[in-house]
Amino acid sequence: MSQTRIRVLVGKPGLDGHDRGAKVIARALRDAGMEVIYSGLHQTPEQIVEAAIQEDVDLIGLSIMSGAHLTIFPRVKELLKQQQAEDILLIGGGIIPEEDAESLIRDGYAEALFTPGTPTTEIVDWINDRMKLNRSKYF
Amino acid sequence: MNGVQEWLKRLFLQDRRAVAKLISLVEDNIERHQIMRAVLPRTGNTLVTGITGPPGAGKSSLVEALTKLVREQGESVGIVAVDPTSPLTGGAILGDRIRMQSHATDRNVFIRSMGTRGHLGGMAKATADVIRIMEAGGYTTLLLETVGVGQSEIEIMHLADTVIVTLNPGTGDGIQAIKAGIMEIADIFVINKADLPGSERLKNDIEMMLGMTGQDKAWRPPVVLTSVYENRGVDQLQAEIKRHHAFLRSSGRWKIKWQEQLQREVWRHLNGQIQEQFNSLWPKLLSDAAIAEGTDPGQIAEQVWSVMMEEMKKKND
Amino acid sequence: MTDSATWKEAYQKQKERQAHFVTVSGVPIDPLYTPENGAVNYETDLGHPGQYPYTRGVRTNMYRGRLWTMRQFAGFATAQESNERYKFLLNQGQTGLSVAFDMPTIMGYDSDHPRAFGEVGRVGVAIDSLQDMETLFQDIALDKVSTSMTINAPAAIMWAMYIVTADKQGVPSQQLTGTIQNDILKEYIAQKSWIFPPQPSMRLITDIFGFARDHVPKWNTVSISGYHIREAGSTALQELAFTLADGFAYVEAGIKAGLEVDDFAPRLSFFFNSHMDIFEEIAKYRAARRIWARRMKEKYGAKKEESLLLRFHTQTAGCSLTAPQPENNIVRTAYEALAAVLGGTQSLHTNSMDEVLALPTEKSVQIALRTQQILAYETGVANTIDPLAGSYFIEALTTQMEEGAEAYFQRVEELGGVLPAIEENFFQQEIADAAYRYQREIENKDRIIIGINDFINKEKLSIDLLKIDTEIERSQIKRVQRLRQTRDNLQVQATLDDLRTTASSTDNLMPKIIAAVSAYATEGEIITVLKEVFGEYRENAVF
Repeated sequence: MSQTRIRVLVGKPGLDGHDRGAKVIARALRDAGMEVIYSGLHQTPEQIVEAAIQEDVDLIGLSIMSGAHLTIFPRVKELLKQQQAEDILLIGGGIIPEEDAESLIRDGYAEALFTPGTPTTEIVDWINDRMKLNRSKYF
Repeated sequence: MNGVQEWLKRLFLQDRRAVAKLISLVEDNIERHQIMRAVLPRTGNTLVTGITGPPGAGKSSLVEALTKLVREQGESVGIVAVDPTSPLTGGAILGDRIRMQSHATDRNVFIRSMGTRGHLGGMAKATADVIRIMEAGGYTTLLLETVGVGQSEIEIMHLADTVIVTLNPGTGDGIQAIKAGIMEIADIFVINKADLPGSERLKNDIEMMLGMTGQDKAWRPPVVLTSVYENRGVDQLQAEIKRHHAFLRSSGRWKIKWQEQLQREVWRHLNGQIQEQFNSLWPKLLSDAAIAEGTDPGQIAEQVWSVMMEEMKKKND
Repeated sequence: MTDSATWKEAYQKQKERQAHFVTVSGVPIDPLYTPENGAVNYETDLGHPGQYPYTRGVRTNMYRGRLWTMRQFAGFATAQESNERYKFLLNQGQTGLSVAFDMPTIMGYDSDHPRAFGEVGRVGVAIDSLQDMETLFQDIALDKVSTSMTINAPAAIMWAMYIVTADKQGVPSQQLTGTIQNDILKEYIAQKSWIFPPQPSMRLITDIFGFARDHVPKWNTVSISGYHIREAGSTALQELAFTLADGFAYVEAGIKAGLEVDDFAPRLSFFFNSHMDIFEEIAKYRAARRIWARRMKEKYGAKKEESLLLRFHTQTAGCSLTAPQPENNIVRTAYEALAAVLGGTQSLHTNSMDEVLALPTEKSVQIALRTQQILAYETGVANTIDPLAGSYFIEALTTQMEEGAEAYFQRVEELGGVLPAIEENFFQQEIADAAYRYQREIENKDRIIIGINDFINKEKLSIDLLKIDTEIERSQIKRVQRLRQTRDNLQVQATLDDLRTTASSTDNLMPKIIAAVSAYATEGEIITVLKEVFGEYRENAVF
C-alpha cells in the first residue's frame, strides 16, 4: 500500500527573524496532512536548495520579509537548475509588492506568491491541486 | 519502471539526488522490493549509531557535534532524523535540520528527516531501508536520531547497533528514561549539557541503576559527560562509540544483533502482510453476519485465520 | 435604586448579534460593567497621576504639560543619506533622532560578508565601523540631541561607536542622552535577531549598566520591548506579562552583578505595541505601570521614585495592517494611536499604510505623522489626564490584566526564571499557539478583518511603492574594504586580542570595545572575536 505524503520545505532566507508567517504556514500544512521540513532562520539560498534536495521535497516555500525577494528567488531557482532539480516547485510569501510578484512569476522564478493575509487554506488548496496534476513525482 | 533502474545506477555512483529519490520511493512504499533487492547486497557492513533521549535533551546538537568530528577525520556521514507524525492529520513538522546547520552545504553529510507516518508493520521497516540506501550511496558513518518517548521509537532504536541514550542533568530525565524503557537499550549514556549543575549526581544515579539491573556482563555501558556548548566530551563519546563497535565485532555480538534485527524485520513484514489481508477481509466477515454477538474474540480470530489461509491458498493456486 | 436582577433577566430575553464577544486577544467581555464587576480602590489601585502606583500616569501633569513625543522610526540606506535627513529634521525643530540599522548590522555582519548579500542598507543604515558612525552624525552636536538606536545583540558596539564619535566632537559621555534598545531577551522570545547564547548576552547588558552608571548616566540602557512579542503573534496579556518578566530579569541580573537597583533601574524604559482593541490596549498600559511600580518597590526594594516609573514608547501594530485596501490602514493606525495616547504613552510611532507591502514612501510616512498631529491638536483627547479612569469597564480590564500577568510570572518562576523558560521554549510556544489561534479565527470568520475575510474589494492596488537602489550595497562594500587597507591593522589586532582576553574574564567589556572601535575595528571583527569566546545561539524552533 502506498504511503505518499506531500513534502514541503518551508525556508526562511535572509537575516530577519520574522518567522510568524512561516510558522503559521508550517502548522497549517502539517494540519493538512503534509510533511513540513522547516529550515530554521537565516538560511542562505545554498542551504535551502541543498536541504530541498536531500529531503526530496515536492515544493519549496520561501518566506521573505526583508525586501530581498528580487535577489533570493532567482538565486534559488538558479541553484535548483544547477542541481537539475527544477522539478521542485518554488513558491513564496511575505512582503512582496504586486509588481515584483508579477515579474517574478512571469520570469519563471516562482510558481505562485502569496501576500500577507492570504488564508492558509488557499495555500493548502493550491499545493494539493498542483500535486494532483503532478509530474511523475519520482522520476 | 525504468526510472527505478536509472536511480539505482546513479545511487551506486554515489549521486545524492538518487539517495534522496530512492528514500522517497521506499518511504512511500513504491517499488520497494525492487529497490531493496538491489541495495541490500551492497550493504550491511557499516554499524549504525542511534541517538535517543527525551525531548530537548540536545540530541540534534550532539549529532551535529559528532558529525563535525567525523568530518574532520575525512569520513562521510548519513543521518536519519525521525520525528512523530500527527496521528490526527498524518502530517508532521520536521525541524531537526535546524540544529545541524553547520553541515547544511557539506555534500558529504546527508541529512534526511522522516515522519513516523502510519507505517504498516511499524516505522522501523522504512527506517531500516532508508539507512541501507544511505550506506549504498556511499555514506560511511550512519547516525539515527529519534526522540525516546514511546514504544515505536524504541523499536526504531533496535535498528541501531550502538544506542546512545542522552539525558540532561537536573530535569528528572533519569526517572523519565526508566519509565520510557530506554535504560535497557542503552549501550552508552551521555549526560549532555554537563555544564549545568547536577550532572555528577545524574551520573551516580545511572551507575547505580546499572549496578542493579546488571545487564550484559561483557559490556557495561559507560557514562560520558558532554557539553556541546563548551565543546567538551564529544571526542570521548566518539571513542566510546568506536570501542563499542569493536566490541560488537570481536565478541561476535554483531552477528547475534544482526540475527535479532533480521527476525524483527521479517516479523514486521509478515505482520504487515497479515494486517493488510485482515483489514480487507474484516468488513466482509462482519457483513456476512458470520459473527454472532457476544462471541469470544479469540474464537473469531481462529475463524478469521482459517479464512485467511484459504484465501492465501486460492491466491497461490 | 438599580436592579441588577431585573436588568439581567430582561437582557437575557433579547438576542445577541453574535455568539461570543471577545477582545482581539480572545478575552471574553461582559455585556455590562457596573460597580459589581468594575470596582476599584482609588487610593491603593489608582492614585493621582505621578503618584504611586502610577496607574493614571507617570507625570503629574501628563499631556497638559507636554504632548507625547512623535518619534517616527526610519531607516535610510547610507550614513551619508541619513546624516542629511537628520540635519533636515533638526532644522525643522525635531530634537530626537531615531536610528534604524540594516539587517547585516543588526546581525553583526560587515557589509562585505556573504550573508549580507542583498540586505545592505535595505531596512536601515549600514554601520560597519566608527567611520560610518562619524559620517552619520557629522555636523550634529551630540550634546544637543537625544538619539534612539534600535539595536540589540551588537548594542554595546554601536553604543561604543556613538560614545567615541561624541568624544571626538569634544562632548563628554556624561552629557549624552538617548536610548539603545539592547533588549536581548525578547530576541530569543520573539524577534529572533540574536547572536550569542543568553548567558554571555546578559553579561554584555550588565556591563552596559555598570558603564552607564559610571560614565553615561543620562542614557537609557534598555528599552524593554513588548512590541516584537506582539508582532510575533502574542495576545495583549502575553505581551504585557512577558515584557515585564524580561524587565524584572534585567533588574535581577543587575543586582546579581553587584549594582544597586536604584543605580540602573531609572534608566530602564519600555516599548509596547498598540493593537486594534482600544480598551484592551489602554488597560494593558495602565496595568503595566501599576505592576512595575509595585514589584520594584515591594520585591526589589527600589527607593528612588524614578526606579518605580514605567515610561514607555508605543508603536502601532504592524501586524494589524492589511495588504488589500491599504488605505484602510490609515484608519486602523489612527484608532491604535488613540489607544496609546489614552493609555498615557511617552512617545509614539504611527505606522504607514503601505508598510505591509514595502518600505513606506515619503507620502505615507507624512500621513502617519499627520495622524498623530490630528489626534494631538484636533480631538481634545490630550486635554485631561487619564480620562478613562473610573470607567467600570476599563478598571475591570486593568485589574484582569494585572492578575493575568501575575499568573504568568508565577509560571515563569516555576520554570526557574526567564532564561530557563526561554530554553524550554515556554514563551515561544505560548506565542506560536496564540498566533495560530488568531489565524484560525480569521479563516473561520470568527473574527472579521475588513478586506481580508469580509468586505473584500477585487480591485488592483492603487498606491505607489518605494523602490530601493541596489547601488548602495556595492559602495558600502567598497567603503569597508578600503578602511581595512588604510587603518593601522597592528593596532586593530592588538585591541581585538585584548578584547578576547577580557571576554574570557569577568571584567567589564565596554572599555575594551571602545578601544577596538576607536582603532576602527569593524563591527564584524569585534563580533567574530566575541563569538569565539561566547559561542553562537541556535534556536530550537517550536510551532
